[in-house]
Amino acid sequence: MLEISLNIALIIMSMSIFVCFIRIVKGPTMSDRVVALDTIGITLIGIIGIIMIIQNTLAYAEVILVIAILAFIGTIALAKFIEGGVIFDRDRN
Amino acid sequence: MSLLHLVVLAPFILALLVPFLYKYIRQVHTGWFVMILPLTLFIYLIQFLPNISRGETIFYQQPWVPSLGINFDIYLDGLSLLFGLLITGIGTLVVLYSIYYLYNKQKEALNNFYVYLLMFMGAMLGVVLSDNLMTLYIFWELTSLASSLLIAYWFHKERSRYGAQKSMLITVAGGLTMLAGFSLLFVMTNTFSIREIIAQADVIITNPLFIPAMLCVLAGAFTKSAQFPFHIWLPDAMEAPTPVSAYLHSATMVKAGIYLVARLTPVFGAAPQWFWIVSGFGIFTLLWGSVSAIRQKDLKAILAFSTISQLGLIMALLGLGSAAFHYDVAVVGTLYYTATLAAVFHLINHATFKGSLFMIVGIVDHETGTRDIRKLGGLMTIMPITFTVALIGTLSMAGVPPFNGFLSKEMFFTAAVNATTLDIFNMQTFGLIFPIFAWIASIFTFGYCMLMFVRTFLGNFKPEKLEKEVHEAPIGLLIPPIVLASLVVIFGLFPNLLAYSIIEPTMASILPGVLAEGERFYVNIYHWHGFNIELFMTMGVVVFGALIFLNLKKWSETAFFLKERDPLNWVYDNSLVWLVSGSLKVTNMQMTGLLRDYFVFMSVFIVGLMGYTMVKYNTFAIDLINVADIPPYIFIIIFVLIATTVALPFISHRVTAIVATGILGFIVALLFVVFRAPDLALTQLLVETVMVVLFLLAFYHLPELRKEKFTPRFRFTNLVVSIGVGLVVTLTALSVHAMSYSHPIQSISDYYVQNAYELAAGKNIVNVILVDFRGVDTMLEIVVLGIAALAIVVLIRLRMTGSEDV
Repeated sequence: MLEISLNIALIIMSMSIFVCFIRIVKGPTMSDRVVALDTIGITLIGIIGIIMIIQNTLAYAEVILVIAILAFIGTIALAKFIEGGVIFDRDRN
Repeated sequence: MSLLHLVVLAPFILALLVPFLYKYIRQVHTGWFVMILPLTLFIYLIQFLPNISRGETIFYQQPWVPSLGINFDIYLDGLSLLFGLLITGIGTLVVLYSIYYLYNKQKEALNNFYVYLLMFMGAMLGVVLSDNLMTLYIFWELTSLASSLLIAYWFHKERSRYGAQKSMLITVAGGLTMLAGFSLLFVMTNTFSIREIIAQADVIITNPLFIPAMLCVLAGAFTKSAQFPFHIWLPDAMEAPTPVSAYLHSATMVKAGIYLVARLTPVFGAAPQWFWIVSGFGIFTLLWGSVSAIRQKDLKAILAFSTISQLGLIMALLGLGSAAFHYDVAVVGTLYYTATLAAVFHLINHATFKGSLFMIVGIVDHETGTRDIRKLGGLMTIMPITFTVALIGTLSMAGVPPFNGFLSKEMFFTAAVNATTLDIFNMQTFGLIFPIFAWIASIFTFGYCMLMFVRTFLGNFKPEKLEKEVHEAPIGLLIPPIVLASLVVIFGLFPNLLAYSIIEPTMASILPGVLAEGERFYVNIYHWHGFNIELFMTMGVVVFGALIFLNLKKWSETAFFLKERDPLNWVYDNSLVWLVSGSLKVTNMQMTGLLRDYFVFMSVFIVGLMGYTMVKYNTFAIDLINVADIPPYIFIIIFVLIATTVALPFISHRVTAIVATGILGFIVALLFVVFRAPDLALTQLLVETVMVVLFLLAFYHLPELRKEKFTPRFRFTNLVVSIGVGLVVTLTALSVHAMSYSHPIQSISDYYVQNAYELAAGKNIVNVILVDFRGVDTMLEIVVLGIAALAIVVLIRLRMTGSEDV
């Protein structure tokens, strides 16, 4: 029973990634795409969590953390890119 | 090492010393030091004459590369001794002549000249004395090299460089082909020693490699000896100083091919192909050379074509002589070795009279400033000694009694007439071409001899056309041609001086095994042999030759006569041009400078190779056993992966493309998770993020103009190539999977699983492998990262100013 519901959850989440991908391709503005990418990252966290349940392991806990950090950093970087075109400021002060 | 080894090496050693002699002893002409050597060698070699004429041979061994069968073995028999005497004897005379010819010690680069000349002399001695084919080949190429250097002695002249390049290309091409022939001989006999190869001659002739080996060896001999159609380099080699022309291009180097043919006659001579090729090319060269010679206006050009034609004569005689292998001499008598006898005799005669004639031409050139027969004339009373020597040389060349040329020409006619009576190789039908060609060629020979002689020495003296005050040459210039001319007379009057001393041993080395043990070739050369067909042929030659010369005015205006250059030069010049333009075209076709094209080449090659291998060895297989179950969500993930990949080329917005690439990386990381590889997934995520950031950084700096206007272009070739690559790689992966089950090989991963904790005290097997079991790889990858980081710093900080190429 648990197995089936986990699989259903995975399918739904995979489709959500696909939907987000369509948004990335179509997305009229840059911001749409960035938000979609961020959503994909969060969805990946969910998928990996469910896979950990299925595979009965704790090995991917770091992966989840890393994705969370990277999704944040990536979104910030892209947001800065959209804002000013520069990711790293030259001014060190 | 023996003294005979030293004979070959001494010129090279002296060549090393020549520059010092030239630099430090300026008041003495360097040639005087050089002259001592060939004279010594000649005297040394002539001491072997009694032994050789008794039928002895001398053999000394000197290992060089014994593991490859290459030895510097010296073998001295009649043939080698004859050539050795020619090389050293004429070498002495030529050096003496050159001392007076290149008399200006300040203007001429004598050190270069004598170094090249000595190098040539040593190489030539090496060619004729070597018993080992590889050593022979090395010396052979050294003669080509030295010859080119000597032709281009006045390297500031364009014609000299052209002639040197031409002779180099032709003789070296022939030499390389000859090397192939030697290698084939080695394959057949497993030895490079000429004597051992000759001993195995009856085995070789049945070998399927026999004909290729023969053709390759003959290519070397024919190019060196200027046989048709490779003769075109010889007239252009006349740009060399006259001593060089006299030495290399009449007496010695061009006879290296003759030597090779004579030396290898015992190996190949029993084959009908050998008979036909050697004698056929020879007789045609004889005709072609003599007809071409009469058209020339330059004295040296006449002599060059004359040399070509006389070499053809000797070659034809050697070919005819090989018929002797087909007869039992005891039964049919002496008829069939006349040709070989004539070849050897004419070889000696040609060296004497042609050497003297070249020297005479050099003297005429030296004293009048021109070699053009249209400007010369009436030199008889002004240069009486030169005139006398020239008369002897020309009459001998034309074949007039009592000089030695007459004797060899008579024997040549005998051999050519005898050839028609041979009852082998269809000679009954084709044999008649030999006497006819020989006769016509002799008529033309007589014609150009008269032309050369009469136009230079008889008629009216034309001082207004000459730049110099004409007078007789200094005595030093005259001694060498006088010596040679007296030899012409001596050999003409007393030909039997040579008969058993040198000609008979030479014939014994060309035709071994023809005679029974203890017998000797019967050599008796005499002037008068009754009213026979040869005598009438000679009379006809004189009459018709004189007619040709007397009517020269009538047909000297015809197109045939005015065309001086050999028509085959057109082929040579144009094939060089075609070679250059053709290779340029090929290079331009493939080296487009576009990376895109190179990628296409590489991909097509890989696809072709892999596809061909799969088809050829029938390695394509699909096996569905041992395939894991696929959970349904994986299908969706894979679908997203495929959709992203397919969409990527069509995305026209750069940042979108970057983000899509990022998704690809994330999905790959997800797959790593699914396939239970947490370390990989971690790394993949980090790397992918950094990549996306770097892409964004890079794209921000793209030029303004084309920003955001990127549209992927469609090319059909690229589509085909990329589909091909994908297909082949997929098929390969499938096949590998299938094969790995049909040919099970034990994986080594079990070892790591069992020993990771016990041996390396780690539970994370991936990390233990990375830092413990296979730590060296990791170290080097760290180095790669370090280099990349340093390179980035260097690229950014140390940008060259004003240059695009960084």
